[in-house]
Amino acid sequence: MQVNEYKPKIVAFCCNWCSYAGADLAGSNRLSYPAEVKVIRVPCSCRVNPMFILRAFQRGADGVILCGCHPGDCHYTSGNYYTRRRMALLFSMLEYLGIEKERTRVEWVSAAEGAKFAQTMNDFVATVKSLGENKRLEDLRCKR
Amino acid sequence: MQKITRETLIEKAKSLLADGTVTRVLGWKKGDFSYDVTPAIFTSVEQMQNDFVYSEFSGANFSKYLIKETKKEDGKVLVFLKPCDTYSFNQLLTEHRFDREKVYAVGIPCEGMLDENKIKKAVGDGILSVCCDGDAVKVETLYDGVKQLNKGDVLSERCLNCKSKKHVAYDELLGEDGEVIDSNRFDEVEKLEKMTADERFAFWQNELSRCIRCNACRDVCPACTCEKCVFDNPNSGVENKSPANSFEEKMFHIIRAFHVAGRCTDCGECSRVCPQQIPLHLLNRKFIKDINAFYGDYQAGAEVGSRAPLVNYTKEDLEPSEAVNREDK
Repeated sequence: MQVNEYKPKIVAFCCNWCSYAGADLAGSNRLSYPAEVKVIRVPCSCRVNPMFILRAFQRGADGVILCGCHPGDCHYTSGNYYTRRRMALLFSMLEYLGIEKERTRVEWVSAAEGAKFAQTMNDFVATVKSLGENKRLEDLRCKR
Repeated sequence: MQKITRETLIEKAKSLLADGTVTRVLGWKKGDFSYDVTPAIFTSVEQMQNDFVYSEFSGANFSKYLIKETKKEDGKVLVFLKPCDTYSFNQLLTEHRFDREKVYAVGIPCEGMLDENKIKKAVGDGILSVCCDGDAVKVETLYDGVKQLNKGDVLSERCLNCKSKKHVAYDELLGEDGEVIDSNRFDEVEKLEKMTADERFAFWQNELSRCIRCNACRDVCPACTCEKCVFDNPNSGVENKSPANSFEEKMFHIIRAFHVAGRCTDCGECSRVCPQQIPLHLLNRKFIKDINAFYGDYQAGAEVGSRAPLVNYTKEDLEPSEAVNREDK
């Protein structure tokens, strides 16, 4: 009989121009990364409102990772610089409220870094898996 | 130094109303109790003589009221600003929220406002009047007669950690200007940061679970000036209702504080109006402290036209992973 293994739910916000293409490259190169990662394409990492991240946790995500172009390479010139400031403050605030800091991450992945994308996701899923279920930012009404 | 009293302010308003400089006055109006003072518009000296109050409970920050008031067509409005209010005043000007030409700002000094909840805690119910004389606060109560308290013990939190007695904006100043103070306002944030994650979570769970989602903190905040608020969206799932579960409170308070990050002047109005006495200023101050540490010292509202840290960047900013793993906090 198979034992039900805990599978974390991971949301990955990927920017259209770099990280999403990086994920695509990881696929074309047949590099595997866990199926627990749900990729959401956004026009720019700067599109990600802090509310999106909290919403993801509310709807049952155990970890949220945000991928964008490397600083300096943004398709819109400066979007990811703003992301960097916002997320630094948001993550620091989440930690201040006692939420595990390992559940959120920002990673810069370019369109040529398929291997980095796969490796980042493997690493992030393993980290979240070791933390277990997201209890501190869950919404019981969204439980199924 | 001439002491600024209620009469001084009425006298000032009288002369400005008489020569037509202003058509109305934004001031404090007496409520049912001596500690219950609300903002109001006065259009005549008679109204002011009847209802105007200037006491240790005249804490309301008028900056936000100017947005609506200056949209009215007729003439200028006279507004009384305490030092901390002038920062919000400047911040709103920076964001082009009201017309400076339609405001006549009179700076008034501030000796620190009292917290009625602390007084109630000390003397119990039935407060008839509160009278401040130097460092002594005399409270007349219905049941126990007159009680004497120490001003330092009943000062409101924001005044205990006052950041500045200097007016950064005014047309006219009554009394003398003070200095920017080197306050210890981040001490409590540091204390929380030193706790373990579990202790912090328990602390905030305890504080935020008292939230009744009255939105008073949002409505009073001089930085919260959006005409449409995300929390008023009927599809948000968190619109105007008492919390069904702990996520909602956290979501509301994190986002509320985040939306004013970099623009919050730390005027402390959010904590003053909270009917549940949640220390909301600790969330705002965490952002201010982080901004100071990550991107250099910044005081919102210190000058008109400065660029807020979250609409600015440098190429060498620290990474979010570095922000949460710093040793020196």
